[in-house]
Amino acid sequence: MRIKWSEMALALSALVVSTVAYAMPPSAAMLSNACAGCHGTHGASAGPSMPSLAGQSKVFFIDAMKKFKSGERPATVMGRLAKGYSDEQIVAMADFFAKQKPQAQNTAVDPVLVAKGKTVYDNACKRCHLENGKEFEEDTPIVAGQWLTYLQIQMNEFQSGARKMSDKKAEKVKPLTDADWEAVAHFYASQK
Amino acid sequence: MTMERRNFLKLLGAGAGAATLGLAGCASTSKPKGGRKVVVIGGGYGGTIAAKYIRMMDSTIEVTLIERNDHYISCPFSNLYLGGILPDLSSLTIKYDKLAANHGIKMVQAEVTGINAAAHSVTTSKGVFNYDSLIVSPGIEFRTDEIKGYDAEIMPHAWKAGPQTVLLRKQLEAMKPGGTVVLSIPLAPFRCPPGPYERTSMIAMYLKQNKPGSKIIVLDANPDIVSKKGLFLKGWKKHYDGLIDYRPAKKVTEVDNKNMTVLIEGIEEVKGDVINIIPPQKAGHIAHVAGLVGPDGKWCPVNPMTFESTLKKDIHVIGDSSIAGAMPKSGYSANSEAKVCATNIVARMNGRELTEMSGVNTCYSFLSAKEAVSVTGVYTVDKEKNAIVPVAGSVGVSPDLSELEAVYAQSWVKNILTEMSS
Repeated sequence: MRIKWSEMALALSALVVSTVAYAMPPSAAMLSNACAGCHGTHGASAGPSMPSLAGQSKVFFIDAMKKFKSGERPATVMGRLAKGYSDEQIVAMADFFAKQKPQAQNTAVDPVLVAKGKTVYDNACKRCHLENGKEFEEDTPIVAGQWLTYLQIQMNEFQSGARKMSDKKAEKVKPLTDADWEAVAHFYASQK
Repeated sequence: MTMERRNFLKLLGAGAGAATLGLAGCASTSKPKGGRKVVVIGGGYGGTIAAKYIRMMDSTIEVTLIERNDHYISCPFSNLYLGGILPDLSSLTIKYDKLAANHGIKMVQAEVTGINAAAHSVTTSKGVFNYDSLIVSPGIEFRTDEIKGYDAEIMPHAWKAGPQTVLLRKQLEAMKPGGTVVLSIPLAPFRCPPGPYERTSMIAMYLKQNKPGSKIIVLDANPDIVSKKGLFLKGWKKHYDGLIDYRPAKKVTEVDNKNMTVLIEGIEEVKGDVINIIPPQKAGHIAHVAGLVGPDGKWCPVNPMTFESTLKKDIHVIGDSSIAGAMPKSGYSANSEAKVCATNIVARMNGRELTEMSGVNTCYSFLSAKEAVSVTGVYTVDKEKNAIVPVAGSVGVSPDLSELEAVYAQSWVKNILTEMSS
């Protein structure tokens, strides 16, 4: 086979642009798989302080990432990592994780606290954290079936004021004691 | 003027376009489903993940994972065993049976002896394996020839977790109170940039708790602390004041095993009761055998998007052995690189367009039993430089020592090892 110089020059220039130029922007899977080192394969966490992202509400995920990015939500590594993604990429990741099947973890819970937590939940939480925390409304997360340690850390941050609450939530949790918070954490963690 | 096609290709092969040529042609070289084979060498942070994600993304691709051992011990977190936070290495040890069963990966426990890039085959102690794409994830090898007299049985490196880590711990336990530990750090780049400084902290913690009057002398070949400097200095001052003697720009070039001394640049002598030499490093042995190592004689140049070797077609190098631009040589990087590589091997085999890489690194270091710090980064490809670069704002270290980060670090290791083993 013979090629003319002019054709070759054309082919050469196309090749030198390299594969990068021909590649698609990072897919939702490409972006999201990189999170699995800490959050588990497809967002199913095996680590007690790390939240599962599998099946999480898309609205909540986007909201959380934006708050990490802006510094509104207290964070350790997430405040830095969230800055690595554009708003469009965050939406793609939210979509990816929302589609994953939630995996129940086997966190140890205290049955007495679970029962007490159910009462607290019915009184203070259930209007926003629907169906025992398995469903979401607006920007509330799915909290059922998360690791106990993770829930405790988050509740501590709400109680200390480090993590800001909505006015509605602040009003609802005002009467709760430390023991109530702890009980609700056990209740959510017990949900499959 | 006309030119033979093969001459045209040769011309290209000689230039910078060589690495991209095979890929640019990928869409037309996709193979029919069935009979497509990927072989992965190395069952560590990179290899396990590459094998798993290829199978998760396309279960019609046959994946064989070749590893010399029947288990893997994580280097990340092994410093905690030296410090006494972990009682042993069992929580850092993974097996391959669940991973293989869950994802239909063919596990072969064998020693790889050669790679024939032209024939697309890997020779092992258990026979020859053919591949369409090969992923090499062999970790590191030591440049022990740069330290005269080096003997790892006397002055352990403990930079590959396992018997070496146990040996170093036993030496620390056997040391008399008031003794001196010497820790030698090689010139960067090496596996786990903050690792030697975490080890310094963990050994200092052990000495403080168990060996009153002892100290640790750190001989760093680098002009300064390579990673998380401010945080390490703060932690050392807070917990181990007077216990750590850090000396920058001290390159160990020779050891005297009998007299337990090390020699800096052939002149200055330093004596220790326990001596931990972390030797300078290079890509894993098989990468050298296979001709994957670049002109520096140490590490493997790769395409930043596919991790395909720029020297050998259809062979990909991930993890510590690869030159991954701004991504550090860490376990998390290897995990992330494996997924990028897997994604684009699968795309290529199915005649699909490649996807731009997006990678993450998160590295925790412990300063005490309850405090850790982290470094993070999100990485992308700079199209003009054709190199992996950090995304602005994502790279940074903790503002301070943190108990919460220590809690998160424990879950990090749990998650990443679970991801590798199931």
